[in-house]
Amino acid sequence: MPERTPLLRDLPRLLFLTAAGLLMLMPYIWMAAASLKPLDEIFRASLSLWPERFFAAENYGKVFERIPVGRYLWNGVVVCGGILAFQILFAVPAGYALAKLRFRGRELVFGAVMLGLLVPPHVPALPLYVAFSQMGLLNSYTALIAPFTISVFAIFLFRQFFKSLPDDLIHAARLDGMSEMAIVWRVVLPNAWPAATAFAIFSVVAHWNDLFWPLIIANGDSHATPALGVMFFRSAEAGDDFGALMAAAVIMTAPLVIAFLLAQRRFVEGIASTGLKG
Amino acid sequence: MAGISLTSVTKSFGGNTVLHGVSLDIAAGEFVALVGPSGCGKTTLMRIVAGIEQASSGTLRIQGRDATSLRAGERDVAMVFQSYALYPHLTVAENIAVPLAMRRLNAWQRLPLLGGLMPGARATRRRIAGEVAAAAESLGLGALLDRRPAQLSGGQRQRVALARAMVRRPAAFLMDEPLSNLDASLRVQTRREIVAIHRRAGAATLYVTHDQSEALTMADRVAVMQGGRILQVAPPREIYADPADLRVATFIGSPRINLLPGEAGRDGLVRVGDRLIGLRCAARGPLTLGIRPEAFVLAAEGLPARAEAVEFLGESVLLHTRHEASGSPLVLRLPPEAAGRLPASGAALHLGFAPGAALLFDQDGARRRAEAVVAREPALV
Amino acid sequence: MSDLAIAAPHRRAAGTGEAMAAWALTLPAAIAYLLMLLLPTLATAALAFTDYELGLDGFRWIGLGNFAEMLEDRGFLQSLRNTLVYVGLVTPGSIIGALLLALAIEAGTRGRTLFRAVFFLPVVSLSVAMAAAWQYLLHPTIGPLNAALRVIGIEGPAWLSSSDTVLLSLAAIGIWENLGFNLVLFLAGLTAIPRELYAAAAVDGVPSAWERFRLVTWPLLGPTTLFVLTITMIRSVRVFDTVVVLTQGGPNKASQVLLYTLYEEGFTYFRIGYSAAITLVFLGIVLASMWLQTKVLDKRVHYA
Repeated sequence: MPERTPLLRDLPRLLFLTAAGLLMLMPYIWMAAASLKPLDEIFRASLSLWPERFFAAENYGKVFERIPVGRYLWNGVVVCGGILAFQILFAVPAGYALAKLRFRGRELVFGAVMLGLLVPPHVPALPLYVAFSQMGLLNSYTALIAPFTISVFAIFLFRQFFKSLPDDLIHAARLDGMSEMAIVWRVVLPNAWPAATAFAIFSVVAHWNDLFWPLIIANGDSHATPALGVMFFRSAEAGDDFGALMAAAVIMTAPLVIAFLLAQRRFVEGIASTGLKG
Repeated sequence: MAGISLTSVTKSFGGNTVLHGVSLDIAAGEFVALVGPSGCGKTTLMRIVAGIEQASSGTLRIQGRDATSLRAGERDVAMVFQSYALYPHLTVAENIAVPLAMRRLNAWQRLPLLGGLMPGARATRRRIAGEVAAAAESLGLGALLDRRPAQLSGGQRQRVALARAMVRRPAAFLMDEPLSNLDASLRVQTRREIVAIHRRAGAATLYVTHDQSEALTMADRVAVMQGGRILQVAPPREIYADPADLRVATFIGSPRINLLPGEAGRDGLVRVGDRLIGLRCAARGPLTLGIRPEAFVLAAEGLPARAEAVEFLGESVLLHTRHEASGSPLVLRLPPEAAGRLPASGAALHLGFAPGAALLFDQDGARRRAEAVVAREPALV
Repeated sequence: MSDLAIAAPHRRAAGTGEAMAAWALTLPAAIAYLLMLLLPTLATAALAFTDYELGLDGFRWIGLGNFAEMLEDRGFLQSLRNTLVYVGLVTPGSIIGALLLALAIEAGTRGRTLFRAVFFLPVVSLSVAMAAAWQYLLHPTIGPLNAALRVIGIEGPAWLSSSDTVLLSLAAIGIWENLGFNLVLFLAGLTAIPRELYAAAAVDGVPSAWERFRLVTWPLLGPTTLFVLTITMIRSVRVFDTVVVLTQGGPNKASQVLLYTLYEEGFTYFRIGYSAAITLVFLGIVLASMWLQTKVLDKRVHYA
């Protein structure tokens, strides 16, 4: 039972953390402030955060007018959702087989999983790019999603989690007449929500923020993800229009940040517990 | 001179008071066991003595010196933790050396590599190593000095924790359930060793346990604690045979003491139901009688009861019965030879006891003294 | 005995059924693994020894030709050096910073959740968008940082467009990005240290917070620190987003990093073979840092 230290003794700690926290938040503070200011105020480089002339409508309006914000966000949802759905679909049965079933070749499969953990996603990128371009699939959801449908990390994570489920649970399900497939989806997965949500958060954060692969695959608005959208807006449309650029940055950052603020504990624990893959 | 002396110590966490004015004196060289159910505040009390927690009010003296607001390291007490709390990255020798190094070497001399170059550091380190080796040897750890805690058995770890506590010859030893993580046979053996260490070291020892048999076998005096209060402090025999409080009587002893409702009439004579039991009491009104299982005998006349079950324990046999009039369960401990000729379940029988064996408690649980009287009805024997 | 005789054939039947089910459950993952991970990785390894370029027909095996070219390639060598410098700055910076903040957060009860959330925010923020925010913050003329420096009479440098400061600036952003992640891992490690060890240290006479840290916290945090070290190295070797958005390797290749060179060679100039060879170097660095963890340091932080 920790006792509450008196506020006065706690003060140096709080001051230190507050100062560090403010430093950490500087980019957000100035990003938000600049997105509310007209260009001439930004160029005056004053240190005042609050705009003299409120220019939010113009800045944000410009973003929505120039780039298909909804399209980018939708693409982000489709790509992240698609990736996550396939990852779960493939990894959960495999993780269950590795954790609870005995079969010849299990060690080999697990070895392959461990080996796969060592390989960053950038390594298979070149041949995949060549293959997708030969098949005429550049600039498609297929090419954006397919390379990430297999997550050895997910298999590993689910295997570890399923191993901790009691064998008797599965024996009982078999005695009740369930097929192995039914056991996976109706017995094992419902008992693996902590692992599944942790992985889902990890996966969505990783792919929502990914730039490398979308930059290679998508070359127009039609399939650009939010990360690409900010790139496009910055290089093509906005140039030095920092007010509008910051507005675009705020819009594209907002969805995940809001989700984070709503489910802070889950996010932190999810990402910390899945930290292995970085 | 008192080794450890606590006066009206209270402790609250937030609004929750866990110690209500505890006072306890432990003489130099005395072994006091603090026993009570879990959550009674005994560990908190020990941690206050150690300096890990601060008392909310009250004073603590160690060897006559006011230690209430001293830091843990300045109190000259050593502690053995329930989990042993060994430093996992240090060897056995290094673990045992920590309390000496922290006191005898200054911050510079303790530095990992440079420390050895500081003036005086080498000689001090050599002396420390000698004392560590002696302490380890006396506990049979001589061959294990270079091992890490993870490479030791539970019993060996426990000895390392003991060695770390005794190496610096503290004014007081504190032990927080040090045997609870050992298996049963090792526990009995280690009890005797701890007592022997205590005799040799001669320091005031406070030993916290929830196991009454540890408390009774090891301690010079036993302090029974419940609900943040010490109910009684007395030598083991007295705690068992002459408890001051109903809670002490029921906590100490296994199987639990038998309780019977009784009453002292206007004449002071104590009755169970309408039977006189040969005791006169200064109190009047309802009482609770406590009778130890071994104080009962099967008799031709006495409290009418009905046999329920028999448990054979080897060195004795327990007969479970129920008092006819009150429905109270009554347990008898009988010699094992009795096992063959015990009444069958459901049989009616009579339980006798010597009047002096009955302990009387009033409505509040406080002990009431009584004197044996020759009653008109024959006393039950 | 008769029980056994009956049970044995039955068990074999169940065994094959179990194996069949296991393979059926593993099959989708196995196919995806083969197509999306194993074959392309092997193909990358093979391509590294060819002169294959996208758009040209056919290719030749050139042995170690690509690797020989790297040794001559100023751009590649510069990117290798820059990447190592970047890792060398971000890794200690974000680990020490995270450890200090984690200790400060853990030292009290007030504001734990709030501060943890604040420091974690960059981990969930769109790195491209935050790079844009940094571009504004570090802008030489209109950026708030230099504006603040001007107030105290210092003319700040052109952070991202001077070859002297660009790598430092990127490393600072890298520290900012990685700090929260490491902090959360350290907080988890700190909570796992048994409280009784701190109590034992107090009774043993540990005189100061620093000695307590040295005797208990640091050694017991060893496995966490090693894990954080590896993770941070691997994450920072992958620096890419900020370079693409902010500098594109410039000025004058001063911020050229490994993944950006790989990207340029492969996906801008379509020199697939050469880019594959760079990929192998990149993979080599990642594997080396993991090896460092498991083989060299691991024994020194686990005390079993």
